Amino acid sequence: MREVLLVAAKDLRIESRSRVLLFQVAPFAVATLVLLGFALDADRSALRHFSPGLFWVAVLLTALLAAQRSVAVEHAGRAADALLLSATSPARIFAGKALALAAQLAALELLMGVAMVVLYDARVEHFGLAVASAAAATVGIAAAGTLYGVLAAPMGVRETLLPVLLLPVFAPVLIGATRAFGDALGTAAVNGWAWFGLLGLFALVYAVFGALAYGPLLEAEA
Amino acid sequence: MSILLGRSPDRRPPEAAPAHTGSRTTRILGALTLAGLVGLGLCAFIFSPPDSRPGPEAGTRIGQFDAVRLMYVHLPAAIWTYVALGTCAMASAVYLWRRSAWWDRLAHACAEIGVVLCAVTLITGMIWGRPVWGTWWEWGDVRVVTTLVLFLVYAGYLAMRSVPAAPEARARRASILGLGGAVLIPIVNRSVEWWENRTLHQQSTLEELRIEDLTLFTLVLGILVMGLLSLWLAVHRFRVAWLEAEAESAGLEAALAERRAEAGAGAEGSSP
Repeated sequence: MREVLLVAAKDLRIESRSRVLLFQVAPFAVATLVLLGFALDADRSALRHFSPGLFWVAVLLTALLAAQRSVAVEHAGRAADALLLSATSPARIFAGKALALAAQLAALELLMGVAMVVLYDARVEHFGLAVASAAAATVGIAAAGTLYGVLAAPMGVRETLLPVLLLPVFAPVLIGATRAFGDALGTAAVNGWAWFGLLGLFALVYAVFGALAYGPLLEAEA
Repeated sequence: MSILLGRSPDRRPPEAAPAHTGSRTTRILGALTLAGLVGLGLCAFIFSPPDSRPGPEAGTRIGQFDAVRLMYVHLPAAIWTYVALGTCAMASAVYLWRRSAWWDRLAHACAEIGVVLCAVTLITGMIWGRPVWGTWWEWGDVRVVTTLVLFLVYAGYLAMRSVPAAPEARARRASILGLGGAVLIPIVNRSVEWWENRTLHQQSTLEELRIEDLTLFTLVLGILVMGLLSLWLAVHRFRVAWLEAEAESAGLEAALAERRAEAGAGAEGSSP
């Protein structure tokens, strides 16, 4: 666990020093929410009704940038080689990087949640469900993003290849999180906790698959 | 396996590589496939009747009419999509275990066939859906949507394979993708049973045998012919992948020999 936290702390320290998340990714997230508002003609009732879907589309687009960034820091100055030489197991490296990405996404979702309340007039009716489903979705997105990020990273076409690989994989998260948030925000008459279960299953599958697959992928890079 | 190459291409010397992808076996397979396609065309478009039965009101008839003929391609393409992509996942898993390029090339060939068949499934489904369901695309149908996601996942797999990279590294990344995407196959296949109230698709046609006579015969013939066609395409695609690897290797060796010759000539020219 200590090694996992060390890897996560390393990534978060890099972000806190570079300020890329704060000055580039966060404005992108808010700008996406604003543009989606324009797309619905700034109709307040429509925006409130569709706010769960718009929010999660914006989160997934933002997650693409964050996942690319998470991999890019390992490729700058061949930091990935140093990480491999540290003798930390690939599964722990994966867990640490996914944890750091999840923490960054959680911060971005908090900011975007506030923006959603302000811009879309969204009202949270079941706070516990909203937080639980956001947490499960975030873990799933972070695990899949970390895994697919390293798949696309070394090929010289990361910016174009990663969305092609990752967006279809995110489809279950978008469906599940939108339904769960629909219940939490009172915009859809569905059982949000059932969709929370799907999000949890997705997170579990990608966390386990990522931990197992990360070793062969790092070997391929070395 | 012997139909693909007889033995692993990696153990064959470069000079043993064939100049083309055909063989006696594939020519027989191709002839059978062609005959099957002709038979299927005759059964589907001429001999089998349109789907039509008396409606609730006197003098009216209901059914899929001539649109049912698309099912003789749609359903077989869907079944062989599962087989091709399932084989891709299996070959990817074996590649990660054995690290043999043979399995990587099999996974690649099956993924390409699977993506093409999945596209055929989606396109024929959309054309069929317009007259029967009244829409090209039904977002509420979970099988339609999950099939599209399956197509996009494996289209991404092919996109990644098309990026130039070291063969070993590319094979390893592709095998992870091929294996990960297979999670969707049982979801697509079982979606009609798992989400009964969120689909317009009927449940398994063959298991319950709700269709009869020539319609059933044509459907089974379609499945057999699509299987032959998929196998014929997969064998040729596998051999093309093998020849590509051989050509890449030969090109690299030729370039190295050329550089060595240049270096040798330069050293001789500079000596007193």
